[in-house]
Parts: sequence; structure tokens; C-alpha cells
Amino acid sequence: MLELRDISVSVTEEKEVPILKDINLALDKNKIYVMTGPNGGGKSSIAKTIMGIYQPVKGKILLDGIDITEKGITERARLGIGYAFQQPPRFKGLKVRELLALAGKEDLDEQCDLLFDVGLCAQDYIDREINASFSGGELKRIEIATLLARNLNVAVFDEPEAGIDLWSFQKLTETFEHLHEKYNTTLVIISHQERILRLADEVILVSEGRISEITSRENILAEIEKIDFDCRCRKECIKGEIASAECDR
Amino acid sequence: MLNAIDKRLLQEVADLHTIPQGAYNIRKNGQAAGRQSTANIDIVTKAEKPGIDVIIKPGTKGESVHIPVILSESLDDLVYNTFEIGAGSDVLIVAGCGIHNPGSNKSQHDGVHEFFVRKGAKMKYVEKHYGEGSGSGQRILNPKTIIEVEEDGTVELEMIQIKGVDQTKRDTQIRLHKNARLIVSERLLTDLEQNAESNITVELFGEDATAQIISRSVAQDNSRQVFHLSLRGYAKCRGHIQCDSIIMQNAQVSSIPEITAFHSDAELIHEAAIGKIASEQLVKLMTLGLTEEEAETTILQGFLK
Ligand SMILES: Nc1ncnc2c1ncn2[C@@H]1O[C@H](COP(=O)(O)OP(=O)(O)OP(=O)(O)O)[C@@H](O)[C@H]1O
Ligand SMILES: [Mg+2]
Repeated sequence: MLELRDISVSVTEEKEVPILKDINLALDKNKIYVMTGPNGGGKSSIAKTIMGIYQPVKGKILLDGIDITEKGITERARLGIGYAFQQPPRFKGLKVRELLALAGKEDLDEQCDLLFDVGLCAQDYIDREINASFSGGELKRIEIATLLARNLNVAVFDEPEAGIDLWSFQKLTETFEHLHEKYNTTLVIISHQERILRLADEVILVSEGRISEITSRENILAEIEKIDFDCRCRKECIKGEIASAECDR
Repeated sequence: MLNAIDKRLLQEVADLHTIPQGAYNIRKNGQAAGRQSTANIDIVTKAEKPGIDVIIKPGTKGESVHIPVILSESLDDLVYNTFEIGAGSDVLIVAGCGIHNPGSNKSQHDGVHEFFVRKGAKMKYVEKHYGEGSGSGQRILNPKTIIEVEEDGTVELEMIQIKGVDQTKRDTQIRLHKNARLIVSERLLTDLEQNAESNITVELFGEDATAQIISRSVAQDNSRQVFHLSLRGYAKCRGHIQCDSIIMQNAQVSSIPEITAFHSDAELIHEAAIGKIASEQLVKLMTLGLTEEEAETTILQGFLK
């Protein structure tokens, strides 16, 4: 179980700016949490705080009852915490194969399976450098694969669906659906996507640097239904039948 | 005779574990330490000045020449080598200089390499610098490379220097004729108080000549690097320079671009960038369990590969 107790985070530019305020969360093993809310609400900041990229000015983080607040990124990674970036970096000179090996999957067959799981043809990608030639969507998929490569206690995916085409999206949701079962993973997915929300055991709403609500998938979906009452293409859109269906949500 | 230090130097600069296959010439402390010509490749000592002539017969395919230079004592070594790459041949030439300087006097090797790559010939030239030794003596390498590439010729140039050399000034001048192709990749890492300067001038004389220069460097500690890469297009031709440097600690890097067109159909591009390691890259690798130092090493190794 991962617990955030009274966590506050500030960033210092010219002066100290609070970005997270009194965050309390208790996330169980083998469950899927979907974190959602307005842009700039603080979702990525919560993820970075879990990973140790941001250090809280106040509060504690506990993993299975052990205080990890003072631990750095590397130590947390070794304790089985993983974070798939919202905007993953590119690496001049580093090949997909090498990055996956660094993530812990050195076996070529297993690497190919991983790429398949994120909808990439292994042959075309395994020896490619993760440089500027990668498209946004390709980069996101590689990023997701670096997390799937590890048997994690806590896996946080930051808008994994961003830039992923509709066809692959189906595959991705299937992957998430079963991911947590194998290693008892606490799965946190930051997303604005209805189809990802449907996977949630619990939905965490974040806005203005606070957790504004923790609710059930049913509640959230009912709310969306209300908003979308007038949108006729909605059903097809969810089923993925109309590739061109675009909601303005 | 080659001792253990010599063998290590050879391995570093020429990837040689034993005496190489094919033609070779090993120069140790200013003296010849082994030579072999083959049926198609002739190596002869120059009469008028120190150095060798390497003559490769037209049509020679898939053969290699190794010409490593090793210095294991303080010495001022100057050498002139000339290469005649016969028409239609396809060869690999591995040069390189390894210095082991145990003393407090300087070790210096200045090599002038001149190449004539004849019609339709293909040459890959690899030059690696390596320095070691705990003494305070400076390790200095100043190579000068002049390459003339005739019609339809192809030249691939690999120049590598990773640490260990205190002073280096590398001058490279290349002339490309009709339909000649050139690819240069330069890799440089300096640390401590080292200084490195690389000047590459490529003149594209012939129609449809192409040149691509990819230079990547890392400057650490108090080291300094200066790159002066210049393309001059005199005909319908294409040229591209990519110069990328990672700067760390108190190092200093100058990248001075120069592209000059003397013909309206010359297409020349210069891209240069200097910056530190992107922090997201470090963080990303640390989230996979690497320490900060491991992440840094991984990024630099990839960058200089
Ligand atoms: N390193 C930083 N420096 C300055 N401001 C920051 C930093 N990190 C986050 N913020 C600010 O904190 C707020 C929350 O940002 P965060 O990235 O967590 O939002 P988010 O909920 O992930 O948004 P989105 O849905 O757009 O991804 C924003 O106003 C952002 O500008
Ligand atoms: Mg975000």
C-alpha cells in the first residue's frame, strides 16, 4: 500500500509557489486508480512526488508502512515504484533495446513481446535510436513499455493515451486491465479518457493542487453521461466504431 | 619487440589484439616496429623524409591497412604518410596514435596524412587517439589530414578521441570532385585541463558532390574545445554539418560554423548546438533504478557512440 499523508509541495522560482496542498491518499495493492481533473490541477505533480522527483515541503510518504519520504528517485525505483512520463525525453544514441535492458528486460524475445503489447512492430523499432526521429505517439509507447518491463509495486502512467491512435488504444486498455493482477501492482493512471475511467476501481479528482474528490467509476460516468446527453455519437465513440468521432471533451 | 604497454596501446587505437591480418605498419617511438605488405598493398619507406607511402592497387577489394603509432617514452615524433587508393578499390585504413607517457617531459606526435582516393574508389579511414600515463608530461597529438576524392569516390572518416590527450589540434582538409561522397563522424571527449581544436574544411568542387559531417563532443572539468567546421560549395552540391556538444562543469566549447557557396545550386546546411545533459534524461534513467552517475555515463556513452 502507498500512502501520502498531508503532502504539500512547492516549487521555487523567484519565490516559493505551492503546487500541492495537503494531499492525503491511501492506494491499495492490486487496484486501479484513475486520476483526473483540469489541466494544471496537479496530477503530474502528485505522480512526480510519488516517484521522488519532487520533494514535499511537508508530509510523509509510506510504502507498505515504511517511510520513504527521504528516499531519492533511484532508491524508490529500486523499491518498485515506476512513473511513465507525460512527456518522455528522447535520447540521442540510445536504442530501444538498450533502454528496455536498462529497465530490466534484457532478453530479446521478452523485449519483442513488450513492444507488441504497446502496439509496435518489434522488428522496426528494437534497434532504433530514441532520437528526434521518433514521433510523439511512438515515444509514448516506448515509455509505457519501459514500465511494463518492470514488475512494479506501484506503477504511475501519466496520460498514457495521449497521442496513441484509436486502434492501439483498445490494446492499451486491455493491457492495463490485467497489468495489476500479475504482481499485485498498485496502478495509477492519469487520464482524461472515458474508456480509461471505466477501468477504475476508484477515481481521484485533482484540482487546484488538492484532491477535490475520491469517487467511484459509476458516479463519474453518470456525471459524464449527464453532460453528454446531447452528444449522439457518444455510444459509437466509446466503442471505437467511428474512427473519426471526436468529442470536444 | 612489443611489450605489454605497447599491446594495450595497440588495442586502444586499432582494436588489435595481435599482429593484424593484411597489410600493416607499426611505428613505435619514432622507429619501425613491424611491417607487412600484401600482393595488392605495398608499404614503402619514404626516401626524403620520415614516413611511408601506402600504395593500393586499383580494384583491391575488402582489404585493410593498419598503421598504428605508439609512443611509450617522451619524444617529439613527426611523420608524413601518403596513401594512394587505386581506382575502384574498397579498403579500410585504421590509423591511430596511442601515447603512454610515464615521465615529466612531453610526448608529441604530429602526423601528416595525405590521401589520393582515385576514381570510383571507396575508403573508410578510422583514426583513434588514446593517451595514458601518470607522469606530468604532456601528451600532444596534432594530426593533419588531406584527402583528395576523385570522381565517384566515397570516403568515410571516423575520428575518435576519448580522454587522455592534453593538447590536440586536428586539421582536416578534403576536396571532393564530381559525384564524390564524404561522411565524417567525429567523437571527442575532453576532461581535466585538456584542449582540443578541430578544423575541418571541405571543398566541394564537382557536380553532385555530397558531404555530411557529424561531430559530437563532450567537454568536462576545465577542458576547452573549439570546432571550426567549414563547407565550401563551388558547384551544384549538397553539404550538411551537424555539430553537437554536451558541456559540463567549467568546460568551454566554441562551435564556429562556416558555409560558403560559390554556386547558386550549392545547398549547404550547418546546425550547431551546445548544452548540458537534459535533466529529464537523467531523471528518466534514475526512475529505472540507475544512480545519477550511472545515468550520466549511459547518456554520454550513447551520445558518443
Ligand atoms: N517544476 C515546476 N515549476 C513551476 N511550476 C510547476 C512545476 N511543476 C508544476 N508546476 C505548476 O503546478 C501546477 C500543476 O501542474 P501539473 O503538471 O501537476 O498539472 P496536471 O494536473 O498534470 O496538468 P495537465 O492535465 O495539463 O497535465 C501547474 O500550474 C504548473 O504550472
Ligand atoms: Mg500532467
